[in-house]
Amino acid sequence: MKLRHYYTDQIWKNNQILVAILGICSALAVTIKVNVALTMSLSVIFVTGFSSLFVSLIRNITPPNVRMIAQLAIISLFVIIVDQVLKAFLYEMSLTLSVFVGLIITNCLVMGRAESMAKNVSPLPAFLDGLGAASGYALILLIVGVIREFFGFGSLFDFPIIPKSWYATPEHPDRYVNSNLMALAPSAFFIIGAIIWLRNVLAKEEDL
Amino acid sequence: MWMGPYSVLNLLGLAIQSCFIQNILLFYFLGMCSYLACSNKLKTSNGLGLAVFVVMSLSGVLNWLVHNFITGEGALKWLTFTGINAAHINLSFLEFLIYISVIAAFVQVLEIVIDKFAPALYRALGMYLPLITVNCAILGASLFATVRAYPFVPNLVYVASAGLGWWLAIALIASIREKLTYSNIPAGLHGMGMTFVMTGLMALAFMGFTGIALDHISETDTYPLLVQEEQVQPEQNVKF
Repeated sequence: MKLRHYYTDQIWKNNQILVAILGICSALAVTIKVNVALTMSLSVIFVTGFSSLFVSLIRNITPPNVRMIAQLAIISLFVIIVDQVLKAFLYEMSLTLSVFVGLIITNCLVMGRAESMAKNVSPLPAFLDGLGAASGYALILLIVGVIREFFGFGSLFDFPIIPKSWYATPEHPDRYVNSNLMALAPSAFFIIGAIIWLRNVLAKEEDL
Repeated sequence: MWMGPYSVLNLLGLAIQSCFIQNILLFYFLGMCSYLACSNKLKTSNGLGLAVFVVMSLSGVLNWLVHNFITGEGALKWLTFTGINAAHINLSFLEFLIYISVIAAFVQVLEIVIDKFAPALYRALGMYLPLITVNCAILGASLFATVRAYPFVPNLVYVASAGLGWWLAIALIASIREKLTYSNIPAGLHGMGMTFVMTGLMALAFMGFTGIALDHISETDTYPLLVQEEQVQPEQNVKF
């Protein structure tokens, strides 16, 4: 396997959310606005990349029966860094994300990469693999975030896209109205379900 | 510290609230990974549900003790009897690390204990126990309980009924998925795709309870922090 494939493979073809169904919890809870999804994605990319790197660095000296706890300690170290940085520089955002920053620790994506890849390969591939897995995760988060914010709020990055004059008013009640469903969390299920469907159909066409 | 301003009726309300209305899986979407991966059969998901319920209740209590005696703001003031003035120390940045270590260590101990005293249960739960360590619902329940600053008994009620709610949700989806095996759905949607859509519909159904706040304390009449926080409503541009 070429070195760059560690990174590129997991962005679409082996996307961890779509294929392995890992890291779903936060994908559903933090995709209401694009900027929230972007902050979460960057945090997860940072945590996954560096925790894979460090798990790989200590892979030869970790006894197998305590490796889970060792991996969790490494992951939570990076999550604490992310949490403190968010609290210091993006306080509003850290309030919006509330417990979901802490829950990156138990994001199965991070643990899954540490367990299935990082503990078996040398540091550089492990680092790229972590970055790749998290980039695939970020891609899905951003797609869901864009769809939900555009249809639910008519804006992107809190910047209004659909002009005010299109909206329904008491005089013209038959004009455009934001979809309330998209602002609710269950809509993320439908969107991810649809993306999985799309991926399955495309993958089948490639095989033929 | 033990009961706070909660009455027994408030505890009941809190239990209903966290089990049904703000179901940890269908309202907060925590513990999704094991929920999706292990819900093929009702029998296995019952086993997993039981294990999550037990681990969540007990580790929730342990993490409450950690928060109130070690990492919370001013929690170390009990050290004064040794002559150390530690009341101003704030270790809250260590909270994540200690919580997850407590959960991981507790799961390991539980695994050993169950293996020794109930081998039949161990065979049933065995492979799920390590999975539970990384179940976000467990850490999530502890973190929510910390954010909302529950006293001891309400905390116990909260984590136990959140665990029950998780069990309920996974048992529901497992029975739906058993039936789905025989239904005629598009090929690409088979398996995970359809499970997502079903979960979405279930979550929508549970959303019907939104707005019923049973867990506010009757004396002080303060709503819990997160009921207001989570209900992000889209801006209403239509005024009829």
